[in-house]
Amino acid sequence: MELIFYICSGVAIIATLLAIIGTNPMHSLLELITSLLAVGLIFFTLGAPFAGILEIIVYAGAIMVLFVFVVMMLNLGRATIEQERQWLKPSAWIAPALLTLVLLGELMQLLATQPDDHAVAGGAIVGAKAVGVMLYGPYLLAVELGSMLLLAGLVAAFHLGRSLD
Amino acid sequence: MSAIAAWFTPEVIAVLIGMVKAVVILLVVIIASAWMIWVERRLLGLWQDRWGPNRVWWLGIGQVVADMVKIFMKEDWIPKFVDKPVFILAPAIAMVMTLLAFAVIPIAPGWRIIDLNVGVLFFLAVLSLSAYAVMLGGWASNSKYALFGGVRAAAQMLSYEVFMGLAMMGVVIQAGSFSFDTIVEAQTGLWYVVPQFLGFILFLLATIAATHRAPFDIPEAEQELTAGFHTEYSGMKFGMFFVAEYISITLMSALVVTLFFGGWHGPLLPPVVWFCLKTGLFMCFFILLRAALARPRYDQFMESGWKVMLPLALLNVLVTGGIVVALAAH
Repeated sequence: MELIFYICSGVAIIATLLAIIGTNPMHSLLELITSLLAVGLIFFTLGAPFAGILEIIVYAGAIMVLFVFVVMMLNLGRATIEQERQWLKPSAWIAPALLTLVLLGELMQLLATQPDDHAVAGGAIVGAKAVGVMLYGPYLLAVELGSMLLLAGLVAAFHLGRSLD
Repeated sequence: MSAIAAWFTPEVIAVLIGMVKAVVILLVVIIASAWMIWVERRLLGLWQDRWGPNRVWWLGIGQVVADMVKIFMKEDWIPKFVDKPVFILAPAIAMVMTLLAFAVIPIAPGWRIIDLNVGVLFFLAVLSLSAYAVMLGGWASNSKYALFGGVRAAAQMLSYEVFMGLAMMGVVIQAGSFSFDTIVEAQTGLWYVVPQFLGFILFLLATIAATHRAPFDIPEAEQELTAGFHTEYSGMKFGMFFVAEYISITLMSALVVTLFFGGWHGPLLPPVVWFCLKTGLFMCFFILLRAALARPRYDQFMESGWKVMLPLALLNVLVTGGIVVALAAH
C-alpha cells in the first residue's frame, strides 16, 4: 500500500510540474487530469475510496471537462504557444520558487516534529455512509453554507444567461 | 516438483483465478461487441425489408472477421495538421475506459472482477473519463467538422451525466449500497424496474446519450458533420472508436440489466445465461431505436436534459428517499 502511495505521489508531482512548464494548453490540461487521477488514487491508498472516487468524478471528470470545453472554444493556435513560451522565461520563476521554498521548509519542519503514529496508509476504510453521517451531523453548518454558496452561483449564472429581449 | 507446488499458495491461486476471470470477461465482451456489428446490420436489414450482409459463412456470421481483416490492412493515415500525441491517445481512451467499467459488473454469483463498495460511483467516474475520448479526438483532429463534433460531445455529456447519476441514486437508496453485488442481491424478490420505473426511463435515456448512438448521435451526425469527431480518423484508430461504441452499448445494456432487471436472477436457467439473455435483449433494443427514431437538435437535447430530466430525477430521489425513510420508521 505504501509503495502505491509513493508511486501515485511521484506521478502527481511530475504531472503537475509538466502542466506548469508546458506551453500547449490542451497538453497541460491532460497532465493536470493525470495529476488529479493520481491524487484520487492516493485517497484510495489512505482508506478513503469515497473521497478518491469523488475526486475523480468531480475534478477529473466534470470540472476539467469545462476547462477542455473552453480551450476548444478559444481555438488557441501557435501564437498562444509562442506567447506562453515568452511568459515562462527564467526570471519569472524566481519569486514563486522562493515562496514555495518557504512553504517546503515549514512542511519539513512539521513532518520532522510530528510523532510517527500518524501513518494512515492501509488503515481503516472510511465508507460513503460514514462520510454522510459526518456531513449531516457535526458538519451540517458547513454543508448548509456550501449549498447557499452554490445557490448564489446558480442565481448569478441564471442572471448572466438570461435572454435580453 | 514440490518446489513448484509450494509456489502455488492459496493466495497465488486466488490471484491467478481472478486474472483468468478478468481475461475471460474481457475477451467475451470484446468478441460479443464486435459480433454485434454484424447483428446490427442484419437486424436493420430485417426491419428495412432487405437482406444485409449474408454472404460470409452461415448467415453472413463471418462478416465481422472479414471487416477486421480489411481494417487491419488499411493505411493508418495521420493527417499533417493534427495534434499527434492527443490524436493517438483519444481512441485508446475510448477503448480502455469502456472496458474498465466492466470490472465492477457482476455477471453471475462470484463472477465479477472486483466488488467495490463504491461500484456505482466507479462506473460514473469511468464514464465521465471516457467522454474525454470524443472531445479530445474532435479537438486534436484540428478540422471544423471534428471540432464541432467534440464541442457537441462536451455539451451533451454535461447535460446527460447529471441526471444519469441521479437516476441511479433511486436504486442506490433502495438497496442501501453503492456495490453492484448488493444491488443485485437486493432484487431477489422484485426487480427494481417496478418500484423505480421513472428512474429506469431516465437512466435508459441517459445510456443512449452516453453511447453516442442514434437518436442521440449528435457528436457524429453524418448528415450535418460528415462523421463528427472521427472525421479525420482512418484505419485501426477509426476501428477502435467504432468497436468502443459497440462495447459501450454492451456495457450500458449490462448496466440497465444489473440495476433494474435483477442482474443474473431468473428461474430454471443458470445465472450466466439469464444475464446474457437480458443484456442481448437490450442490445437489440439499442439497434431498434436507431432504426426507428430521428435525431433531435443538440439544443433540444440540452434543454430537455436540464429542464425536464433533471427535475424529474431529483423528484425521483426525493420521493424514493421519503418512502424508504417512512418505511424504516415503521
